[in-house]
Amino acid sequence: MARREEILKDIQTRFREDIVDFFDKSSKRVYIEIKPESIVRVAGYIFKELEARFNIASGVDARTHLEILYHFSLEDINLLISLRVKLDRENPEIDSLAPVFKGANWIEREIHELLGINFRGHPDLRRLLLAKEWPAGVYPLRADYREWDRNAIRDRGV
Amino acid sequence: MSITLNALLKSPWVFHLSTGSCNNCDIEVLDCLTPRFDIERFGMLLTGSIKHADVLLVTGSCNRKSANRLKVLYDQAPKPCVVIAIGECSLSRGMFIHSYNCPVPLDKIIPVDAYIPGCPPKPEAIIAGAVKLIQKVRGK
Amino acid sequence: MARSVIPIGPWHPLQEEPEFFTLTVDGETVVDIDVSIGYNHRGIEKLSERKTFDQSTFVIERICGICSTSHPFAYTRAVEDIIPVEVPERAKYIRTIVAEGERVHSHLLWFGLAGHFLGYNTVYHWVWKLREEILDVLEILTGNRNNYAMFKPGGVRRDINADDIPLVVKKIDSIVPTLDRLKKAVLDDPVLHARLKGIGILTKEEAIDYCALGPTSRASGVAKDVRKDAPYGAYDRVDWDMIVTENGDVFDKVVVRILEVYESIKIMKTCLSKLPAGEIDLNIKDIPPGEGIGAHEAPRGETFHYVRSDGTNRPARHKVRAPTFMNLPSYRATVIGETISDATIILAAIDPCYCCTERMAVRDDRGRKILGGPDLVRLSQEKTKKLANKMGLQ
Repeated sequence: MARREEILKDIQTRFREDIVDFFDKSSKRVYIEIKPESIVRVAGYIFKELEARFNIASGVDARTHLEILYHFSLEDINLLISLRVKLDRENPEIDSLAPVFKGANWIEREIHELLGINFRGHPDLRRLLLAKEWPAGVYPLRADYREWDRNAIRDRGV
Repeated sequence: MSITLNALLKSPWVFHLSTGSCNNCDIEVLDCLTPRFDIERFGMLLTGSIKHADVLLVTGSCNRKSANRLKVLYDQAPKPCVVIAIGECSLSRGMFIHSYNCPVPLDKIIPVDAYIPGCPPKPEAIIAGAVKLIQKVRGK
Repeated sequence: MARSVIPIGPWHPLQEEPEFFTLTVDGETVVDIDVSIGYNHRGIEKLSERKTFDQSTFVIERICGICSTSHPFAYTRAVEDIIPVEVPERAKYIRTIVAEGERVHSHLLWFGLAGHFLGYNTVYHWVWKLREEILDVLEILTGNRNNYAMFKPGGVRRDINADDIPLVVKKIDSIVPTLDRLKKAVLDDPVLHARLKGIGILTKEEAIDYCALGPTSRASGVAKDVRKDAPYGAYDRVDWDMIVTENGDVFDKVVVRILEVYESIKIMKTCLSKLPAGEIDLNIKDIPPGEGIGAHEAPRGETFHYVRSDGTNRPARHKVRAPTFMNLPSYRATVIGETISDATIILAAIDPCYCCTERMAVRDDRGRKILGGPDLVRLSQEKTKKLANKMGLQ
């Protein structure tokens, strides 16, 4: 338990300027909101210095803004830290984590094509999942996504 | 159906194609070849190339990338070719009917001759379906 | 000059389909690889938002057929983490039994396919026949061979009948002798040693950098397993070992998976004998607004689900991450520098879950197909034969 408190206190002091909100939900879950411009520093510290494992990044359309949560696991103390960044809906952009660790490469491509968030500095931001004929600028995971395909059949014909 | 098909179906060569499925149906099809169910004793053989196929087994809910590939492959198959749709996803897309990536059901892309429902259909059901189809073809 | 090779080939021995892996080769050596996915993308995360929390479990089950318990396990844990709440003891044991049964069937499935790629077709048929016993066990316990539909947020949907347990244990025990024979046949086979050792090595540093998971990373010395690191279900109430090896090559990955089958059998039998009485379901009525994260060690690695609730009866956001998503990019580290005839078995060694992965083939610069999927598998099988001949063993 002591190491957990030590680590969290250390993060809070070291990144005092970057942290917007700190929610210690339970012994296993911590949600830290940081400013988007600090992501590379904070995530890099957690991955390299604390030797956490990067789980995945969840892109969310929270109606008023877009969010990305970066989930990191510290297995030896059974703690999962989720870094939250809030991005503007009109022009969502953030620095890419792909240069920091290779595990972030594909998920950023996926968030880019499904939610329309731009990752600055990503080495290869092309489509991962969607077909070639999928129109550009249409982001399926957004709340305001509407069916664009006039040939789609959405009933069973019964 | 034609005399050719009738003759070919005495020992049908089967080509299996997945158009975007969870692979449960595909594993059950493979299970049909393993010693417990063993459809090879009926003369059914899985072929590696569509150009040698008499029967096309299709699974999956035809997502956009796979549907393009499916059309190309079906055109390459020498006709007559019997198409069997296996599993709910290939019947009508099942629970993926509202998915943004699965626009049309299988039978709007290629003509289907037999439908085997189930999620996934048990190997017994797959064999029963294939046999029913062969008997129907021979009966004509 | 590098010749462009676009692999498209059967991942499992029976299909021949378009692009998935693009290999660039120089002579016989692979110098670059690119992976293209999306052939199984069905928009499940978006579908989940239309369904209620309970209905979503059924959609989630069908993300992958082989690991059909892993996703609901992680998802129900994520929903329970929103509140947060712990399920009853009996439910934990039942969940563990089903999850381990799935691990056995999944590893055996992989084992059979790997045997086929190496030219050991007898192994393939024997192992799949053996696998039918486990599917029978799961059918007795849950009612179905594949999509068990046992999980719901708050517990399990059906109970295990005490009368079935002796038959189940007998069937599980009947697998072990054949498994022992196969294990000996594989682990002591000098041809397999020559064929698989030193091939497709993923070093520990690379495994950490790519954030690889499951047996893929445990074979490289990364001792991480969600069942040990963040215990849930009945995993901390049962004695079992995490299997870790050091070399990171394909042989080690085979060893890790075979030994894990034994551990899973141990866990299943212990849980069946210690099954506590009690409730199986908390009957959760409302999910409050909040966020929850659930993880489960699937046969291929950790499945990770993140669920956000806004107080209604549908998820506001449901993020799904299958283990193969993190393992696939590690191909760049394992296949580059190896030969084409090893490409199939190296790509098979991470046990890609079909539904995230497809097939391979080979074309030249002008787009003409030179080698199809069956050819790549045949190359792999021929290499094994050549090695066996060289060692005077066939």
